[in-house]
Amino acid sequence: MTVEGVLSYLVFFATMAGIYAVLSLGLNIQWGYNGLFNIGIAGFFAVGAYTSAILTTPPSPTHLGGFGLPMMVGFLAAGAASGLIALLIGIPTLRLREDYLAIATIGIAETIRYIFQNEAWLAGGIRGLAGIPFPWRRALGPSANFVYLALVIAILAALYFALERGLRSPWGRVLKAIREDEYVAAASGKDVFRFRLESLVLGGIVMGFAGSLYAHFVGFISPQAFHPMLTTFIVWVMLTVGGSGNNKGAIVGAYLVWAIWSMTEFVTDFLPSAMATRAASLRVVLIGVLLIAVLMYRPTGLFGEERHVSRLIARSPTGGSHARSG
Amino acid sequence: MLSVRQVTKEFGGIRAVDACSFEVERASITGLIGPNGAGKTTLFNIMSGFLRPDRGEVWFDGQRIDHLPPHRIARLGLVRTFQIPRELKAMTVLENLMLVARDQRGERIWNSWFFPSKVREEEEAARAKAEEVLEFLDLSRHAHELAGNLSVGQKKLLELARGLMADPKMFLLDEPGAGVNPSLMRRITGYIEELRRRGTTFLLIEHDMDLVMNICDKVIVMNQGTHLAEGDPEVVRQNPVVVEAYMGGTP
Repeated sequence: MTVEGVLSYLVFFATMAGIYAVLSLGLNIQWGYNGLFNIGIAGFFAVGAYTSAILTTPPSPTHLGGFGLPMMVGFLAAGAASGLIALLIGIPTLRLREDYLAIATIGIAETIRYIFQNEAWLAGGIRGLAGIPFPWRRALGPSANFVYLALVIAILAALYFALERGLRSPWGRVLKAIREDEYVAAASGKDVFRFRLESLVLGGIVMGFAGSLYAHFVGFISPQAFHPMLTTFIVWVMLTVGGSGNNKGAIVGAYLVWAIWSMTEFVTDFLPSAMATRAASLRVVLIGVLLIAVLMYRPTGLFGEERHVSRLIARSPTGGSHARSG
Repeated sequence: MLSVRQVTKEFGGIRAVDACSFEVERASITGLIGPNGAGKTTLFNIMSGFLRPDRGEVWFDGQRIDHLPPHRIARLGLVRTFQIPRELKAMTVLENLMLVARDQRGERIWNSWFFPSKVREEEEAARAKAEEVLEFLDLSRHAHELAGNLSVGQKKLLELARGLMADPKMFLLDEPGAGVNPSLMRRITGYIEELRRRGTTFLLIEHDMDLVMNICDKVIVMNQGTHLAEGDPEVVRQNPVVVEAYMGGTP
């Protein structure tokens, strides 16, 4: 492999992992902080990707739109559409017991995938949507992927700082209290439903952003890309490995697990040809083993939670020395 | 202060609370006693909004509250504790308390983004208040401990501390003395009396008759979901109907 080849692979790797890190940050708002069991990540991701694609591709006779709008518009609309789906799922389910949200999210995610698969007029059906633009791709030539990586990192960093500030605050403290014991939160004067809905919607918006970043990176999307295995399950593993309830953990976990996942691809290349057909399943088994190992030996993940939710306590002189737990 | 009027609650044909009525006076300490299954905790759950009565009304401080959700009732100043302490295990003692602080602009996420200095100001005020409460209950040295690591007795105090953060006009205490050693019991009794002197009203469920006799101005006896008797603790203790209900027979 040439130096250029390695470099371009690394850029590809870092961009994909960055997109997964955005998904993982979204799940951290919902599960890490609020205990919302969303197992329909793929659905939010798909809605974001398709929204962005339909809005930004040039007009086409075979599917809805495209509307040829700027990528920025597609990106924001992707967040809005995915947030709206979260709102529609949340209103009927968040007053019920926790399991209902899990059932609803996985059901809706699969429904969304089948809609994109079967309604060809909407987004090309099984053949997918091609030609999703990254505006400067042609002008930039070979360095386009570098620029795209920089864009993903910039958005990831902006989201990280916004979420650190937004979650390590009284708002995040209420979310965590609801996760710990919703009755205590209610008896303390907190409107449990409102906070859960906000958490689900904000997480949905962030996942929609990730979908948009993905669509414009690969340029082509089809329903197969939003299979629960490749998006939902792997994001859960990422957050768990990195440290649920910790934004840094969400990001580091995404990079680490994506690295392991990518390496298993190299390893399975060396398998005898008879085994090669089973390689895909073997990779999933490996990730599953990793998840079990983390849950058994380090259930808090690599990072664990900060001792104090509030950044203000962690920084102040009296709390500072106690502020971090292992 | 608190008025329960003909409250009834059924669970699948079993009447847990049956047309129960009573009043709790302002700045009093009232005991709610009765055998297990008398409906005391169900009534607490109704008063704090966790259950809705099938019939009847609950009034607090001049306002009808039986249709309000728990968080609205807590904000009116009617604050409950739980029989078995429900600490927020993965959060520090300090943040268990700061959670309760009212009217925090920081509970809207965009305020943390756009008005961080306001959020910080309120956060510091909430912290100062939490530290004051911890000081009052002699828990200051555990402020940065995770609440899940506290002892049973300390968790009992934490329940009280969290309640105090809500500026209660009235406290509903569900067995504050259960599972507590005698010296902690004296401390808890002391806190309740001190808070009453400052004007807080108390209604407490309790099985420990010494505690009831020591601090209650009035005792309400429940049996089979309804109000059986009430009055001065000593008088109630002599009441043959009460003895019958509690002991299952006349001595």
